[in-house]
Amino acid sequence: MPKRAAKRPVGQILIRDFQQNKWKYLMILPVVVYFILFAYKPMYGIIIAFKRYRPTLGIWGSPWVGFEQFALFFKDVYFWRLLRNTFSISGLSILFGFPAPILLALLLNEIRCSWFKRTVQTVSYMPYFISVVVMCGLLKAFCQTDGVFNDLIAAFGGARENLLSVKDNFYAIYVGSGIWQSIGWDSIIYLAALSGIDQQQYEAARIDGAGRFRQMISITLPGLAPTITILFILRMGGILSVGYEKILLLYQPLTYEVADVISTYVYRKGIIEANYSYSTAVGLFNSVVNICFLALTNAISRRVSETSLF
Amino acid sequence: MYIHKKTAGDWAFDIVNTLLMLALVFVTLYPMYYVLCASVSDNTYLVAHPGVLFRPHGLTFGAYRMTFEHPLILSGYRNILLILVLSLPLNIVMTLFCGYFMAAKKMLFKKYIVVFMMFTMFFSGGLIPAYLNQRSLGLFNNIWALVIPGALSLYNAIICKTAIEAIPEGLTESAYIDGANDVIILFRIVAPLIMPTMAVLLLYYGVGHWNNWFTASIYITDNNLLPIQNVLRALLIANTDVLGSGESVGDQYDSYAETIKYAAIIVTTVPVLCIYPFLQKYFVKGVMIGAVKG
Repeated sequence: MPKRAAKRPVGQILIRDFQQNKWKYLMILPVVVYFILFAYKPMYGIIIAFKRYRPTLGIWGSPWVGFEQFALFFKDVYFWRLLRNTFSISGLSILFGFPAPILLALLLNEIRCSWFKRTVQTVSYMPYFISVVVMCGLLKAFCQTDGVFNDLIAAFGGARENLLSVKDNFYAIYVGSGIWQSIGWDSIIYLAALSGIDQQQYEAARIDGAGRFRQMISITLPGLAPTITILFILRMGGILSVGYEKILLLYQPLTYEVADVISTYVYRKGIIEANYSYSTAVGLFNSVVNICFLALTNAISRRVSETSLF
Repeated sequence: MYIHKKTAGDWAFDIVNTLLMLALVFVTLYPMYYVLCASVSDNTYLVAHPGVLFRPHGLTFGAYRMTFEHPLILSGYRNILLILVLSLPLNIVMTLFCGYFMAAKKMLFKKYIVVFMMFTMFFSGGLIPAYLNQRSLGLFNNIWALVIPGALSLYNAIICKTAIEAIPEGLTESAYIDGANDVIILFRIVAPLIMPTMAVLLLYYGVGHWNNWFTASIYITDNNLLPIQNVLRALLIANTDVLGSGESVGDQYDSYAETIKYAAIIVTTVPVLCIYPFLQKYFVKGVMIGAVKG
């Protein structure tokens, strides 16, 4: 069949393809239009990062300025602060947030009583369905001077203070609430990978006298390694994409010093101050660094573990 | 068959593990329990003692009555329901079209169109170009600004595609022979067969719209058009921008100023929390698919 098709003229092949798949092409048409309008048109809009954009002149009509906006950003008084905060928040989230669901999956996997395991799982997914606004609202209430967290601190003899307005607490609150919200949901993928591990390995290990903890370290964890690697590469690709939603809801001028990151800066400069070209340049810098990190982690992983994304 | 006896170490491991899991359950559930207790407590008590609660202090449902009389909460509810009614059919149709296309075989241009779509998963214009684009399209300060740009999630379309691929080919082929076209096959044969997946996709899209506040915070300037999460934000977080919470909340709410927050959390969060456990076994499958392809 393909051989015969290859001999026919190109035009005839095209017509046949369109006739046969007419409805499928018609179906994908609105989808393609959607992507052009809401994904590719904004990509074209990136060129304002190299221009001095004036809404009245339009994207194409505004004057070119080359890399002036980027130069401004690198000289910005906040540049180092933004970079430091972004890397700190992201780094801490990876350091604590990335292993947490793996640990949960390992522990869940060791529960023999199936109804208890199911219940814990169902409960652990719950925070994922709670909106960021509600979570941050609760954090704000729990962090106030007479709030729940301060009751706990006072019980251990600490001093009460409004936790959210203390700079040193911001990262702990950010990373901790992130783990609370996603530990259960993120563990799903690892649990799925666990079900693929050959049960005979465990039996063999038991015969050799390995205890439960030993089996977890020597069989389960290596069985998860490929999944962990892939998710780690993906996670590194987002090193500079610190979610701005939670920060926008939680930070206050008192904590800007540690909490202001590139994406919240883009939001303030662009949406609030209407400094469009500058904020687009900052955003583009962010995306480029992200792609570099994704490629770098991928390359390292391909060398070291032979697992890679592409 | 080798029968394993529990050693002392195994016992210790099991006990520690169970305790850890119980701690996780407590830490996860306590905040919601707190909200429930606070929402029916006496407002004056709660203002004076916002700390650890293990039971409601006083018992009043006044805060709930206020919640359902609060003009912004009511309009927020109305707006989010309108968004769901407009969005979900659009989401499902677009996702089915996209998934069905990606699952199709023997098409000349399929590969190129799929690459064209997948590229957007790795690179995007970013916040500001998207914002300017949406304003230029007139999707600003109206309900469509919250509907049309969120019409399709490629991630969900991939889940849909995988479900469609699992359908035996014979079913669709025999329909072709009977003269059905792709649209009829998609809606009469394929869609009913992937109902569990569709339910999960509805959950994903629905929860996504329900919990979204950021889109409305930048594209909606009229307070009466704000969906529920943005009203909650004004109520709970009262940041410097957006509506100052005092502005629209009248005096009659003062006696429930604190408890109304918690009642509002309950009425906006409980609907979602009641649905997901029933779809759990399906979305677990969905996450696996998404991760493998992602």
